[in-house]
Amino acid sequence: MRRLTQLTPVAVAALLLAVWEVAVRTFAVPQFILPAPSVIAVRFAEAWADGTMLRHLLPTVTEVMIGGLLGGALGLVMGITLGLSGSARRVVSPYLVAAQSTPILALGPVLVLWLGPGLAAKVAVCALITLFPVAISTLVAVRDVDAGTLELMRSLGATRWQSLRYARLPAARSGILAGARVAATLAVVGAIVGEWLGGTAGLGVLLNLARGSLFDTPLLFADLLQIAILGVSAYALVLLLERVLSRRIA
Amino acid sequence: MQILHVEALSHSFGEREVLRNLSLSIDAGESVALLGANGSGKSTLLRLVAGLLMPTAGQIALVGSAAAAGRTEVGIVFQEARLLPWRTVLRNVTLPLELAGESLTTARATAEAALTRVGAGGLLDRSPSEISGGERGRVALARALVRRPSLLLLDEPFAALDAITRARLDDELPELVAGAATLLVTHDVAEALLVADRVLVLGSDGAIQLEVPGLRGQPSTGRRAALLSPDGAARQTRLYGALDSVPHA
Repeated sequence: MRRLTQLTPVAVAALLLAVWEVAVRTFAVPQFILPAPSVIAVRFAEAWADGTMLRHLLPTVTEVMIGGLLGGALGLVMGITLGLSGSARRVVSPYLVAAQSTPILALGPVLVLWLGPGLAAKVAVCALITLFPVAISTLVAVRDVDAGTLELMRSLGATRWQSLRYARLPAARSGILAGARVAATLAVVGAIVGEWLGGTAGLGVLLNLARGSLFDTPLLFADLLQIAILGVSAYALVLLLERVLSRRIA
Repeated sequence: MQILHVEALSHSFGEREVLRNLSLSIDAGESVALLGANGSGKSTLLRLVAGLLMPTAGQIALVGSAAAAGRTEVGIVFQEARLLPWRTVLRNVTLPLELAGESLTTARATAEAALTRVGAGGLLDRSPSEISGGERGRVALARALVRRPSLLLLDEPFAALDAITRARLDDELPELVAGAATLLVTHDVAEALLVADRVLVLGSDGAIQLEVPGLRGQPSTGRRAALLSPDGAARQTRLYGALDSVPHA
């Protein structure tokens, strides 16, 4: 039964791809509108074989890693600070909510204007887009730690720092990681959008090239597949981190 | 030697006064049980003695100096075991020592000895979620005893346990506390008489209303029999009478 449940998503994907393949062939849909999955798979393999995909993947991975880690770290620090300090929370929270309501992607052109079309602007978009989910989830998780646990720490003479290290952060771990899971996939979105605003390499640049000057729709879909794989990999990395941390029961 | 001296203690939560002009002393190694209805201020008294609350008025002296949170002379066991689920049983008990700056090696040895003393020596590497309620109670007791406190505060520590486990822990408690003076708050008259040298009843006016001698001085094998003897029954009757006169919240 469990095996069947594990197989179900694979079976559903296979069925969808088969329907797609048959529909495209039956109705003779032009390749520049919707290529068949088999055509996309071949183009995906070609793009890897001739180095196109790798050349565009590496800059995106770099932006996701640097921007995601930077945004995650800043979000963690901001979330902890606001989670611990009621007065800081009262002052900063309205701005945090306002900033989260502003589409970060709309700030892209401003960031390019300030930081230029290079790596810095893309990293900044990634960092900003990952900062808020991590900051908000950390704030809530650190603030809402069980009052009984905190009373226990006080009764044991724990300093504020010790309470954070030994009680608040371990108790808030799953909440913080839930924010990190959301942030991981958003980091990929941030990098792609950052690349749309300018630059010479990256999966976002490849999307524009495939759609525009190359007019290569199978490559466009192959690129989308690569972006999806990158997003899932980023998500899986956070899940792996969660596993490692949950094994570390002291 | 006096371990705890409470003088004219009052405490209010906003307009509501829960303790009024309460005075109490506990000598080294002595065990005192405090009975009272819900909302009578029993747990508040423990939090004041532990330094977790500041009194509205009055004095609390612990081994001669004012009460403050985290003093090593005091151990506290709350109503719930409050074990940290991300730490093993052993590391829950090493926690007070780690916070005090002891090395983990020394802390482990001390914590292991404390767990063995309370009959939980076989649980060291287990997670709190893998042990029973009674075992969690023992681990919480070991954590409170690991710094060798002079005074142990017990806030209905076994209230959530089943009757058999609770009776067993009540029987063992006087020996488990390893010479520390204890202040136990409870609703249970029999428990109070079994574990204490003196049983106090907290009245509705927030002050001590009645004091009855407990049975802790009896040999452990004879305590339950003493509880059911005519003298034990008379003590219970007096305590129930005093509790009945207190309006319940």
